[in-house]
Amino acid sequence: MKYRKAFALGVQNTLVYRWNFLLKSLLGLVPVAGALYLWSALYRARGGAAVSGYDFSQMVTYFVLTLVAESLITPAEEEWQISADIKDGRVSAYLLKPIEYPVFRLVLYPAARLVSTAVTLVPITIIVAIVWSHLVLPPNATAWLAGALSLALAGLLQFFVSFAVATLAFWLLEISTLVFIVFSFEYFLSGRLFPLDLMPPYFRIVSEWLPFQYEMYFPIAILLGKIDGTALWRGLAIQAAWVILGWLGCRWLWSCGLRRYQAVGG
Amino acid sequence: MSRLALYGRIYAMFLRNSLIRDMSFKVNFLLWIVVELLWFAAQLIFLEVLFSHVDRIADWSKWQVVALIGTHQLISQIFQALFYMNLSNLPELVRTGKLDTFLLLPVDSQFSVSVRQFGLDNVVTGLVGIGIITFACAKLGVRPDLLTVALYGLAILLGVAVHYAIMFSLATMSFWIVRAQGLIYGYYSLINLSRNPQDVYRGVFGFVFTWIVPVILVANVPARILTRADDPRLPGLFSLAAAALLALALSRLIWKLALRRYSSASS
Repeated sequence: MKYRKAFALGVQNTLVYRWNFLLKSLLGLVPVAGALYLWSALYRARGGAAVSGYDFSQMVTYFVLTLVAESLITPAEEEWQISADIKDGRVSAYLLKPIEYPVFRLVLYPAARLVSTAVTLVPITIIVAIVWSHLVLPPNATAWLAGALSLALAGLLQFFVSFAVATLAFWLLEISTLVFIVFSFEYFLSGRLFPLDLMPPYFRIVSEWLPFQYEMYFPIAILLGKIDGTALWRGLAIQAAWVILGWLGCRWLWSCGLRRYQAVGG
Repeated sequence: MSRLALYGRIYAMFLRNSLIRDMSFKVNFLLWIVVELLWFAAQLIFLEVLFSHVDRIADWSKWQVVALIGTHQLISQIFQALFYMNLSNLPELVRTGKLDTFLLLPVDSQFSVSVRQFGLDNVVTGLVGIGIITFACAKLGVRPDLLTVALYGLAILLGVAVHYAIMFSLATMSFWIVRAQGLIYGYYSLINLSRNPQDVYRGVFGFVFTWIVPVILVANVPARILTRADDPRLPGLFSLAAAALLALALSRLIWKLALRRYSSASS
């Protein structure tokens, strides 16, 4: 019950940032469009031949899906809000309430995504309309279901990474450098720059055990029908393991941080 | 004391403070160098992947594109050394009202807001960019003459002006929108279009980002001057110069409007 209130609060708080979301998602279309132009030049040079198993339509769909996934699951202001709560001492207020801050934040997160998804619907519709003839649908029901499940897990994973980075504000004065470093790794290793299938085999083997590809690449590859059978279930298991580890890690960091926080305040 | 000397003295003071600041947060300073180099490396890996599938993209060879990316790196590092930190702090200054301090200084407020902090780390990463460009030139067998180097340098400076105008316009959005902090990352979305050969862009998109928001020209014009001797030089240079001047004038106009809004908000 009390967390349902928190959800409503999350929707309200995020509505303040609706212009940010709209402008950000409009600007977010630009690099994707740029990438599509580059890839279309590359496919022209190859006479339309597939690249690492991706034909042009699949490549277009891949980039459009990264956009959709980004507005559905990627935390936007969370790092800054949480670290600001810590630095400005607002955490004390939560200690008195019968709620746990990490759980509270976990409830706020989908509320914020609801608003960001609603706002970014317009720009995403525009780009979908433009590339409509190139989009390919998931090949079967398994791909749809497993893809949706994996996307939800990817959202949790992204949220936990943001939360963990934000809690470092207990120890560090300034976290923006760290946020940027983590973001750099996420951007490249989660497959936002290009599908990870293009990377050499040894990279793929390492990447399979790291959390990054499960933040974006993995659900999209499922939806494109690139991953199925045993690989699919194994991947989902690794992804679920990272989600659980992420949640435990966040709780642990939070309680360590609180101990330090109280020590400073007392 | 002349106006120019006053600006010179104030800038020297800003510079001194920035160096002291950078040296007192050494870990942060080194980390930023690492971040920048990681991004640069990621771009080069991406190129390697692309060119493992084709020999040329839109009639650009691999090493020509490497020179293009190096040029993009050089321009953005010069821009970031001079302006980036200041402009990314601007929304916070507006929100907290700390902007008042800048308005009280006896110099132009756009000047002091834009250049107060200098990023020494970007000098290091900019030099890495120059190294990559030189390497690409050697691979291409290009030996630029003095005129080419001069035109290249000029085009780089004009590109820095375009970078500045774009990020400045985004940062001043904070006068109208709450928390534009996340918004200024839109700078990367726009300016990174310049990393691709301009010949890949087509249609309305290509037109808009070449002529209206002239980001595509920025690294492309100097890179063409340096590595594509057969391409005509002056048309590109002239359009970049026009774009830079217009963009700067526009940033000035936006600043004036924003300041009017700021003073009316606090009263």
